[in-house]
Amino acid sequence: MFDHTTAPFRLNPRYRLQYEEAQQCQVLLYPEGLVKLSDTAAEILGRCMEPITCQRLIAELQRDYPAADSLPDDVREFLSDARQQDWIVAAEG
Amino acid sequence: MWLLAELTYACPLQCPYCSNPLQLPASRKRELSTEEWLRVMREARKLGAVQLGFSGGEPLVRQDLGELIAAADGMGFYCNLITSAIGLNEARIAEFREAGIRHIQISFQGSDRETNARFGGSDSFEHKLAMTRETIRQGIPLGLNFVLHRHNIHQVSDFLHLAEGLGAEFVELANTQYYAWALHNRDQLLPSAAQLQEAEAATHRFRQRHQGNMRALFVAPDYYEQRPKKCSNGWGTTFITITPEGDVLPCQSARVIAGLEFPNVRQDSLENIWRGSSLFQKFRGTDWMQEPCASCPEKENDLGGCRCQAFLLTGDAHATDPICELSPEHHRVGDAVRAAQAHAEAGEDAVPLLFRNTANARKLAAAEA
Repeated sequence: MFDHTTAPFRLNPRYRLQYEEAQQCQVLLYPEGLVKLSDTAAEILGRCMEPITCQRLIAELQRDYPAADSLPDDVREFLSDARQQDWIVAAEG
Repeated sequence: MWLLAELTYACPLQCPYCSNPLQLPASRKRELSTEEWLRVMREARKLGAVQLGFSGGEPLVRQDLGELIAAADGMGFYCNLITSAIGLNEARIAEFREAGIRHIQISFQGSDRETNARFGGSDSFEHKLAMTRETIRQGIPLGLNFVLHRHNIHQVSDFLHLAEGLGAEFVELANTQYYAWALHNRDQLLPSAAQLQEAEAATHRFRQRHQGNMRALFVAPDYYEQRPKKCSNGWGTTFITITPEGDVLPCQSARVIAGLEFPNVRQDSLENIWRGSSLFQKFRGTDWMQEPCASCPEKENDLGGCRCQAFLLTGDAHATDPICELSPEHHRVGDAVRAAQAHAEAGEDAVPLLFRNTANARKLAAAEA
């Protein structure tokens, strides 16, 4: 498994991220179904459509949400989880 | 919510366990047009459907498949293609990829050329391998589906190794379920308990030995279960199947239940059909139940099992699915297993398999008339 704290990653192309009217939230679609996402999860994954690094992602989020205190830790924790779930994969090249 | 679009019943294969109706249409002229499918997909999207499966028959028979995929992707559907790979080539895979296909499932009828040809009725093994590799090469997520029955269930281990070698992400080892053509051929297809156990054990061994990226799902035939399945996640809750001619069904098999009337997208909107038709309300929830389901503490979990199976095995679609050990008709399942065993012991050619093709469909219709 790749190390998301150092190597660039992106949203797994198996998944499709979009807003669903019926669920009133962002969801991740995959071959067998869908998962509803929290606003935070959707905000993070929405920035992983193109290859990105953990540092860059945290920097972008800190720029856009300067009031969020524990942001770096929260993002790292989410990414670790997302990697386990296969939502993010190593970006090639 | 899932939309299953059965684009056509035409198929180059003749699998004797096909879930398409025994009465095959004589002509493709009444199939929904491209424009009609586009309207139906828009209506389904408005109802909240997000998953779309293009199926059949063989959906590749439809020349407008690329156009349908592109339109569906644009509407926000997650598009799955369910295919035998016959009719697929490098250019078409590229066309579908460009159009936005998200996942392709290729079915195999055996783990070697001979078995695959014997049950599919077409010498297509090498082509399926080539198309599996090409789909992966073009970066489209891919799953393989291996339909199991008495004559190929011993190949589970070979098939898992084949799939892993090809680089598949996901393998479904799907035992035949007994509806339509499969029910007609049940005596010739149903595996023994020992065969089933060995296949499950082989899958388990594979999973333990290979901690790779490929996931394998084993689906047992209902006939060896003690508890019924919550079929289609509950009638009229999750699935909409549209047949090639526009009939709307709560599950793929619902037409086996005699006496039901099927609404059609040519006569009404999908929303009216989903919310208001008597068909979709008929077995929604638990109000329709009779005993022993009505007072059963499990009723919310399994919703009485499969309505089609209840009808096919007892003649009453309101009955408890006889797979349930609490069903007063549960013995019918054991009877079917014993009948299949007796057939196997008598030698396979006593009654030959009836392959799914138009000639056999005509024969069946004539016998019924």
